[in-house]
Amino acid sequence: MLRAFELTKVFGGLPVLQRVSLEFRPGEVHALMGENGAGKSTLMKMLAGLYQPDGGIIEWRGQQVRFGSPQDALAQGIAMVHQELMPIPDLNVAENLLLGMEPVNALGWVDRAALHQQAQAWLRSLDTELDTTLPMRRLSVAQMQVVEIAKALARQADVILMDEPTAALSDHEVAALFKAIGTLRARGVAVVYTTHKMDEVFRLADRISVLRDGQLVCTQAASEFSPDSLITHMVGRELAQVFPPVVTQPGETILEVQGLTRAHAYRDISFTLRRGEVLGLAGLMGAGRTEVVSALFGLAPADSGQIRLRGQPTRITCPADALAAGFGMVTEDRKGSGIIPAMSVEHNLTLAALEQFSPGSVLDRSAEAAATRSATADFAIKASSPQQAIRELSGGNQQKVLLARALLHRPDILILDEPTRGIDIGAKAEIYALIGRLSAQGTAVLLVSSELPEILALTHRILVLRQGELSAELNPRQTNQEEILRHAMPQ
Amino acid sequence: MKAPSLHLDRNLLHRLGIVAVLLVIAGALSATTDSFATASNLTNVARQISINGILAVGVTFVLLTGGVDLSLGSVVALSGVVCALFAHPGEHSLVVPIGMGLLTGVACGLFNGVLVTRGGIAPFIVTLGMMTVARGLALILSGGKPVADMSPSLTNLAGDLGPLPIPLLCFGVVAGGSWLFLSRLRLGRHLYAVGGNEQAARAAGVSVPKVKLFAYGLCGLLTGLAGVVLAARITTGQPNAGQAYELDAIAAVVIGGTSLSGGVGSVLGTVLGVLLIGVINNGLDLLSVSSYYQAVIKGVIIVGAVWLDRRQARS
Repeated sequence: MLRAFELTKVFGGLPVLQRVSLEFRPGEVHALMGENGAGKSTLMKMLAGLYQPDGGIIEWRGQQVRFGSPQDALAQGIAMVHQELMPIPDLNVAENLLLGMEPVNALGWVDRAALHQQAQAWLRSLDTELDTTLPMRRLSVAQMQVVEIAKALARQADVILMDEPTAALSDHEVAALFKAIGTLRARGVAVVYTTHKMDEVFRLADRISVLRDGQLVCTQAASEFSPDSLITHMVGRELAQVFPPVVTQPGETILEVQGLTRAHAYRDISFTLRRGEVLGLAGLMGAGRTEVVSALFGLAPADSGQIRLRGQPTRITCPADALAAGFGMVTEDRKGSGIIPAMSVEHNLTLAALEQFSPGSVLDRSAEAAATRSATADFAIKASSPQQAIRELSGGNQQKVLLARALLHRPDILILDEPTRGIDIGAKAEIYALIGRLSAQGTAVLLVSSELPEILALTHRILVLRQGELSAELNPRQTNQEEILRHAMPQ
Repeated sequence: MKAPSLHLDRNLLHRLGIVAVLLVIAGALSATTDSFATASNLTNVARQISINGILAVGVTFVLLTGGVDLSLGSVVALSGVVCALFAHPGEHSLVVPIGMGLLTGVACGLFNGVLVTRGGIAPFIVTLGMMTVARGLALILSGGKPVADMSPSLTNLAGDLGPLPIPLLCFGVVAGGSWLFLSRLRLGRHLYAVGGNEQAARAAGVSVPKVKLFAYGLCGLLTGLAGVVLAARITTGQPNAGQAYELDAIAAVVIGGTSLSGGVGSVLGTVLGVLLIGVINNGLDLLSVSSYYQAVIKGVIIVGAVWLDRRQARS
């Protein structure tokens, strides 16, 4: 139905997609797999009319087509649900869903009753009940995603492209989304889908295409892949060991947190952290994990409670305090509070440790360049040059730059908030190895992660948060995912 | 790997584009008028662009942080009036009127900065308020009349030092200093970071309010300088001077490739933008185009230049 033939796209002189040919069929869920930067998003954006191909053609129902814009593609029945959703937050669900196609009465005024009726009908066709008068901003990410899918359906889409729809979803939200995707498949819609989560692909996909470095590696029925063979295809080599063993013995206590409290976020959080220790913070979304580590880093200070650093009571009111005290952090929101998009890779990298490079406040640009060279090599950052704007890099490479930024001033305590979210398996393995090395060097690591296998394998200890309170402290060698979840679930 | 470096130097291409347009216009003017390519006319152009140049460089700092300053013209008038009030012959040494003019500018700038950072009010509104407040203060302090009787030692500042007009020297020093500041100092880098992504800059340990306050304060200082230079040039403190100066200054900055949303831009671009606007103004004068038409033509050129640039950026 929809065919890509030798599609090619070049960014900044680097080919990100080279002569990729694929075919998408009605009623089929087609997963695009590959590491970050493999070209999955680029391919989707070309199919959806966001990017124009630099080579190759797109064939739609046997006709060669050229989509000048997403509106063009949508008019033909191809819709995309974006990695970063783009709803209009102050309009309500029905208004968003039927934006631009609102039912009107004889006078040309919007017919509110019909609007809500139609919106509800579309949502119900996806087995979803939602109050369509709620403003979009009040919805969870999963609910917004369902609205986006319903929006695509309302526009008679025959192909729906989804770029990492589950990246920010909790488990039961994922289940709801899968149900919706199942409905789409049954209706004969072609679903194209990317994800980094292995278990999902095998639950959902009919066919899988693997991309690597902008080229198509293979397309097969999902049943012909095993998780191992899929990873091998994606990475292009065997992943001998994804998780490094936890070998380091933690040293003396470096951080003590006592009774940390912030209204409506978390209550009475107390724990200690030792040099060389990797401490995991587990919990569901909204349990207060990000809020707690944000308080330690001064992004959103606590209302009360004490932080003792190396035995001394320490006040941290802003990130500059935290950096000076020896903290480093990679925040959860890479776009929002991580990268400075228009700045170069080099300037992004050195930003948090700029004092090092500017004694007396004059920048030593050759020292900056040298530090960038070595970090680019150490972290295997793929960029056409240190002067390339960071927004042109893939998510995984952006994340590596941010890690390098946090480590440049050699923090004693490194806070990693979902460091592997939306990152390919190769980059993940590199980050895991890095955590092991840092721990061996005596850096204390506070790891917030929603991926339980990751937390179980990498940490010395696990703290579980439930609705803003500490619900358990677990030894990762003597527990399992089920036990962690039991402590994490609201009671 | 030739292609990436070409791509990366979009800034350079942009500047070359402005230089090309400048050369074309200058060439056309030399061909069509007898007076354009004469020493006296070029010195005249230099004199005319200096004040806009100083203002444009100042407001570049504010625009880089993602803010805006609409009060430039009014603060120019207020600083000029204050300077003139202290410049009557035999009253004070030269330092006092200059210092008071600069101080007035800094005070206005910092006031803007405090309201933006502490008060959390949009820069557009804050500086719009300052625009009318400063104009009002200039009228109050001068009693609505030009403050005349300025000491020759001050008005001589509009004269020449050797072959070069002193205002042009001021502009040169300001532009050179600002260029070094933005490209070589830590605080300069922080300015770009704050404009590029405020949240990320904060998380990287940058003190966002301090950086913004600095930008508004420095812009105020340079606005004060422009006020002093203008007063020296017209030998009076004119409470009605500087009307709409902010528009020419911001136009020059934007033509120079600085983004109105912050984080992208350079002093070099601003200087080229200033030159372009200056040459266009001068050319229209030389061609005896009526000032009514001049206004229309200038507006079209400003929007057209930015439109062309953005189109290039997308492709």
